[in-house]
Amino acid sequence: MATVKVFGLPLTNTARVMVCLEEVGAEYEVVNMDFLAMEHKSPEHLARNVTTDSVSGSPCSRLAKGILGQIPAFQDGDVVLFESRAICKYVLRKYKSAEADLLREGDLKDAAMVDVWTEVEAHTYHTAISPIVYECLLKPTMLSIPTNDKVVEESLKKLKKVLDVYEARLANHKYLAGDFVSFADLNHFPYTFAFMATPHASLFDSYPNVKAWWERLMARPSMSKLGADMAAAVKAA
Amino acid sequence: MAPMKVYGWAVSPWMARVLVCLEEAGVEYEIVPMSRSGGDHRRPEHLARNPFGEIPVLEDGDLTLYQSRAIARYILRKCKPELLREGNLAESATVDVWVEVESHQLHPILRDIVVQCIINPYIGLDRDQAVVDENLAKLRPLLQVYESRLSSSPYLAGDHVSLADLSHFGFMRYFMASEYTGVVDDYPRVKAWWDALLARPSVKKVIAGMPPDFGMGSGKMP
Repeated sequence: MATVKVFGLPLTNTARVMVCLEEVGAEYEVVNMDFLAMEHKSPEHLARNVTTDSVSGSPCSRLAKGILGQIPAFQDGDVVLFESRAICKYVLRKYKSAEADLLREGDLKDAAMVDVWTEVEAHTYHTAISPIVYECLLKPTMLSIPTNDKVVEESLKKLKKVLDVYEARLANHKYLAGDFVSFADLNHFPYTFAFMATPHASLFDSYPNVKAWWERLMARPSMSKLGADMAAAVKAA
Repeated sequence: MAPMKVYGWAVSPWMARVLVCLEEAGVEYEIVPMSRSGGDHRRPEHLARNPFGEIPVLEDGDLTLYQSRAIARYILRKCKPELLREGNLAESATVDVWVEVESHQLHPILRDIVVQCIINPYIGLDRDQAVVDENLAKLRPLLQVYESRLSSSPYLAGDHVSLADLSHFGFMRYFMASEYTGVVDDYPRVKAWWDALLARPSVKKVIAGMPPDFGMGSGKMP
């Protein structure tokens, strides 16, 4: 089987894809894209990030520069994909096994719960936590721009309300979709890991069920490996 | 089998995503109307269904779901799985890509324009034309991507409609009722795709509950 390729840096949304690849034990290659050098806006990368007719395998016409020249991108033979969550689902379906069924598409109710908490991460958790990561980690470390404390304060307020709900959910369930680890949990990895490197990490101490869930996830080989990759990528930047 | 229940206000574009899937799947359902201005979504009985206090919420027997895209997938997986293409790796991925593109790229643009141009006037806020212009500048290149995509096939994920197309309906409905509807005329395949969606019986049925001004012009705050 040909090795699949992920284009991007092992940070944030690219790490989302990588954690899925690690969980299913897939062979993959990371093609490091230098985000700051804008390599992801290069014609080659834009060509990958086009709408591919997956049935015929032929890429469609060019994009306006700068649109959808995003990372991550993914290639598996003729299949070329973008949008991290779509890539993740492709990976989780392709490499699904008895040991790794992270979407549960064979069970209506389980699959629905995976989808609910995947969407919650995308639209609710992410919108509260990512500004804190951006302001406290990416801006000062990678962009040399000072933190906007007001944004951080507002986001922390929102995040606390979200964590109230997570705390209640995780009181009755080991993982978000139920008593099985799933794509819903994995989706939380990249930005939560980054959040833990900000000065606000101790917020999770006020949410013992959430903290225990996070520690359970970080104990998984996929996440401890990717955590090390992400820390190295931030250092190298 | 008891009909599925959908809680929310029918003018909501997120509600529309769910309703159009229910119609496409031919599922028996009833809408349990809620009042946004009355704060129904923040009452304890609704928080018991969705602790995030949002709509739509779906009840199917003892299963309660929220997040419109999760609800849509459940309905289709249960009753019209061909609209997800989950049996085919490459096709299901294509459906997912375009659901994500709508969610993360097109939606924020259309939402901001609709808020500024349709909603703000009714709630006593001035339009911020700079926000509108900024979003229009992002919209055009993105529509070009859609135009390229739709040059290979009539629908986003291939020759037949899928969740990818249906997921666009709610916010497109309101954007296309705004003064900027003409922007889409420069992208003929996108226009044709939109017209094809409008012609679907499911869409005609759901659009009947979605006046272009969210009902606010006739004094009906949702």
